[in-house]
Amino acid sequence: MDDRLLDASQMAAFVADGFLRFDALVPEELNLAVLDEIRRKALDGVHFNQGGHDIGSFFPRAPTYQRVLGLPRVRAIIASLVGPDPEIDHSALHVVGPRTPHGQHWHADATIDPRTEAFDIQLFYYPHDTPREMGGTMFLPGSHFRRVHESTIGRYQNFRGQVPAVCPAGTLIAAHHGIWHCGQANHTDRTRSMIKLRLNPTVRQRQLFDLSGCDAPEIGGILSRTQPWHGADGRLEILQRLRLWRSLTGSDYDVDRWLTRLEREPTVMAEVARERAVHAMA
Amino acid sequence: MTAIVASSLRQQLLFLYLGSPSPESGTVAWSLFDGAGREQRSSGDAEDPPYASVVEAMRDGWRVIQVAHQPPPLPGMEHRTSYLPYEFVLERLVETSHG
Repeated sequence: MDDRLLDASQMAAFVADGFLRFDALVPEELNLAVLDEIRRKALDGVHFNQGGHDIGSFFPRAPTYQRVLGLPRVRAIIASLVGPDPEIDHSALHVVGPRTPHGQHWHADATIDPRTEAFDIQLFYYPHDTPREMGGTMFLPGSHFRRVHESTIGRYQNFRGQVPAVCPAGTLIAAHHGIWHCGQANHTDRTRSMIKLRLNPTVRQRQLFDLSGCDAPEIGGILSRTQPWHGADGRLEILQRLRLWRSLTGSDYDVDRWLTRLEREPTVMAEVARERAVHAMA
Repeated sequence: MTAIVASSLRQQLLFLYLGSPSPESGTVAWSLFDGAGREQRSSGDAEDPPYASVVEAMRDGWRVIQVAHQPPPLPGMEHRTSYLPYEFVLERLVETSHG
């Protein structure tokens, strides 16, 4: 039974890129059964959680999808990001018919979100193979800290570094709520389906993942890698990542003194500092 | 009495988003809106930008009609990021069979 929490490298990648991808995580027999639930319209539309349901009671007509969310590895991914007992925000089945020539405009769900430490996640689940000609979802890595309102980024068409979710059946993508994304055109003769589930944290998102690798040297490199579309603003993105990483780990972590130098605003007078130094040596 | 002569010219708009405010810096994002109706573009439909920079587009005949503004950051928001800040708008007029 694979119930590993996310490790430090994975968590740093989530902080840097705004999403994590798990290829073919869901077994094929569950994927096929979920596709059957979709065909029987058990997951149709958008459903908001009005009744305070948890994951175990929100999908009475789609028990297989509920089983997917109960897989030990899926539960561990969720627990690492938003805690072991998050609230369902809403679920949405996305269906794109055959020969749909245009994709969605770029957008971020759902509106300007001024939170700096807390975040929701959205689980994108692809129950069937999604080749590029079928579209998939296009993601923009490193876009999750951008404060924008939903479809007001729709003027942008293409970015250097955009990544299509070309993936095998059973792939799960766990994304920060702020990630920029858009459904792509479907040039095949088949219908494309994807289930998206938004989860809200119910506990402070601190030290929820496997912290054992937090001191590894590669963590700084992951948090510092910028995207081709960031341009001169890449350093501003690093500052925001470091602040979130400090919050997630409960540490004063820094890379290349990006935050440390900004926090250096001494108030002690030079004479006092000298006297203290003399006393310390005595 | 002034005669109204229908023009066969149509405007194409090219948005280039650069890595810095300099028109020589590299293109990081782009969009094309074609008033001539020749090209119908969609999100995520290209991996490479049409031009490496604004200057390269100018050399191909595009006219710059808006350069990126540089508003100072608001107090308390110095490290916040939002929309792509280095947006250049270019236009080209092309002949069509309309008129």
